[in-house]
Amino acid sequence: MRLGLRIGGWTVGLMAALLVVTVVSAAIGPVALDLPTVAKASLNAVGIPAGLDVALRDGSFLGGSLPTPTVDVRYAYPFSFAVPGTAETIVRDVRLPRIALGAVVGFALASAGAVMQGFFRNPMADPSIIGVSSGAAVGAVATIAFPVVFPLGLQAAAFVGALVAAFVVYAIATENGRTSVATLLLAGVAVQTFLGAVISYLLLHAGESLDRAVFWLMGHLHNSSWAEVEVTLPVAVVTFVGLLAYARDLNVLMLGEEDARTVGIAVERTKRILLALSSVVTAAAVAVAGVIGFVGLIVPHVMRLLVGPDHRILLPTSALAGATFLVATDTVARSGPAELPVGIVTAALGAPFFLYLLRRREVHEL
Amino acid sequence: MSQHTIGLDDVSVSLGEIDALRGVSMSIDPGEFLGLVGPNGAGKTTLLRTVNGVVTPDRGTVRLDGTPVADLGPRGVSRRVATVPQDTSVSFAFSVEDVVRMGRTPYRTRTDLTADEADREAVDRALERTAMADLRDRAITAVSGGERKRAFVARALAQDTPALVLDEPTASLDINHQVGVLELVGDLVASGKTAVAAIHDLDLAARYCDRLALLADGELQAVGDPETVLSDEHLQPAFETRTAVTPDAVTGTPSVTAIADPRRDRDVHVHVLGSGTTAARAITKLWQAGFDVTAGPLPSGDAALSVAGELDVEAITTPPLSGPDEAALREAREHCRTAAATVLADPVIGPDATVLELAESSDRPILVETRPLEDVDHADEAPRARYREFESRSITASIHGLVPAIAEATTAQAVPADD
Repeated sequence: MRLGLRIGGWTVGLMAALLVVTVVSAAIGPVALDLPTVAKASLNAVGIPAGLDVALRDGSFLGGSLPTPTVDVRYAYPFSFAVPGTAETIVRDVRLPRIALGAVVGFALASAGAVMQGFFRNPMADPSIIGVSSGAAVGAVATIAFPVVFPLGLQAAAFVGALVAAFVVYAIATENGRTSVATLLLAGVAVQTFLGAVISYLLLHAGESLDRAVFWLMGHLHNSSWAEVEVTLPVAVVTFVGLLAYARDLNVLMLGEEDARTVGIAVERTKRILLALSSVVTAAAVAVAGVIGFVGLIVPHVMRLLVGPDHRILLPTSALAGATFLVATDTVARSGPAELPVGIVTAALGAPFFLYLLRRREVHEL
Repeated sequence: MSQHTIGLDDVSVSLGEIDALRGVSMSIDPGEFLGLVGPNGAGKTTLLRTVNGVVTPDRGTVRLDGTPVADLGPRGVSRRVATVPQDTSVSFAFSVEDVVRMGRTPYRTRTDLTADEADREAVDRALERTAMADLRDRAITAVSGGERKRAFVARALAQDTPALVLDEPTASLDINHQVGVLELVGDLVASGKTAVAAIHDLDLAARYCDRLALLADGELQAVGDPETVLSDEHLQPAFETRTAVTPDAVTGTPSVTAIADPRRDRDVHVHVLGSGTTAARAITKLWQAGFDVTAGPLPSGDAALSVAGELDVEAITTPPLSGPDEAALREAREHCRTAAATVLADPVIGPDATVLELAESSDRPILVETRPLEDVDHADEAPRARYREFESRSITASIHGLVPAIAEATTAQAVPADD
């Protein structure tokens, strides 16, 4: 029960922090708004899914037209405070989607990072260690540079690229149904290097779209939309629940694979599931936000120092702290005179903090 | 199959190019503590891994309570066999209690993240049983090696299985913890568990296990009680060295000493007089140096006599508590006369001058004294003077200086002294 209480306490605390950061962030921007207005407008934007509309529409695919199933979610809005129209629009249509997407992406990257560090028993592991980010980058940059060749949407191309890269790394490291963690790590590095070369080549031939490609690569939450939130949030929540269900197995795995087998863990199957879930959630995040570094590395690290190595508490706290951290850093990124890609801010803040931990030797505890 | 707790039937395992196990068949009965002994790379750990399901045999079947391991699955195996790993180093700061609770994994479903009553009781019991209850909140990274091993034994107990598998439970532990861990396992076996352990230390294995199984080159060489398995006949081919097996002075269980083979054959006869551990050491030293060693008279049960037996050194035996008979004395005198050198190991100076008399019959006796004179001198003035006289005309050497001393004595013989 003690653990249940700790999980509850930390969750409530971090949720509160996320809420505070959300409201403050929504108040900051070119048009300064006062906090009560922001709070009211934010509450007005809270929608509760009330139903699904499924329909077949004519969509265009590869130049041709074919019927595509579409799913629309109907929302009910329980709050309707009186708020000035412009403020409502700014908060609801400009700032909140960006904050929400930042929170989802931070949530996804930090939970995947916590799992990968435990999985690899290595403090330098992060969500992109098995090539997910590089794969996504290849997909995205290719779409930006050669839109004719890759007619899929940017996000879809990035998502597919991420999963293909992860699967290739997994396939290289797997022999006779066994996946060696050490090989996985090395294959990940090699594939990332190779994809780095591909990205450089694509950038060389990107021509006028070079700016956009580079901007994407740096990681950004610019032009976020509710539509992106609607797609990534369910992915993040479902995979998170899946990962949490394996938290106990992950704890046991940290004592070594052979040892885990002797207490009844189906090791190879568990590894496959953990890899698949964390690759999917990372791919979803990277597809909408580009390569945002250090969230998945730093946040789980700091949370491990605070709550210990038990994934049953580490995973939810890392996820929520990741969401809070990314919303906060994105606020910094967009509040300067010129907007920065948030990836620059997370790396600029994250790396010195990591070095500070390294100096204090606390990271050796992992 | 009968209801052996663990049964191996013609089990073979190849690891890459190496045949780690070749056709091993054996069984372990309920309530038994079986020790696996053998040199490095003999297949001890591999055998344990086939029992706990980590390694699947290429050929043959491992059965737990009659059911093949292959049919049980990881969960099924982990409810029947708990493993205490050799390497218990953990780089994550889990608490001792967290680690012990991991033993409950086979009984948890994926959806409940916290423990239930049965789990808590099993964990408490295991911590209590292994005397780890006071350390339950400590980080596993912050306790000593012995405590960490006990924590993993506790985890195995929390797993609530009929059988325990222990891979080198005493490796890299201080002697107090070595004994502590094995005492604990012994107690658990006494209370009904079945245990199989790979144990490097032959003496400890002999002391704690009900039966031993000797492995070498992936094959089972011998199985049986420690006294049967630990004999030079079995150990020499397995370890490729001569061994001396003597009863341990404290525990009485077999104690194995490896002896390096003679470096060369000297073809020189040396006779050893005296008894006890000093004589035993002298015999071993000379045998190793390649001399033709004879010894005696030695009372039966003497340490020197059992060493002589182990090394096939010819020894003249006398019954306990009675002096050597005439035949024995004649034989000993003959040895002293024909030997190139006679060594007298730690003589006792007393009214009985039999041994001293034999030594005096040698031309160039070599005296090995490891005890101070007060400890050995129980005599009146006359024997003491006789001993002093003997001492003055013999070469005095330590055990380590024995070989050069013999070289000196035999050279002197080649060029006879003036007197």
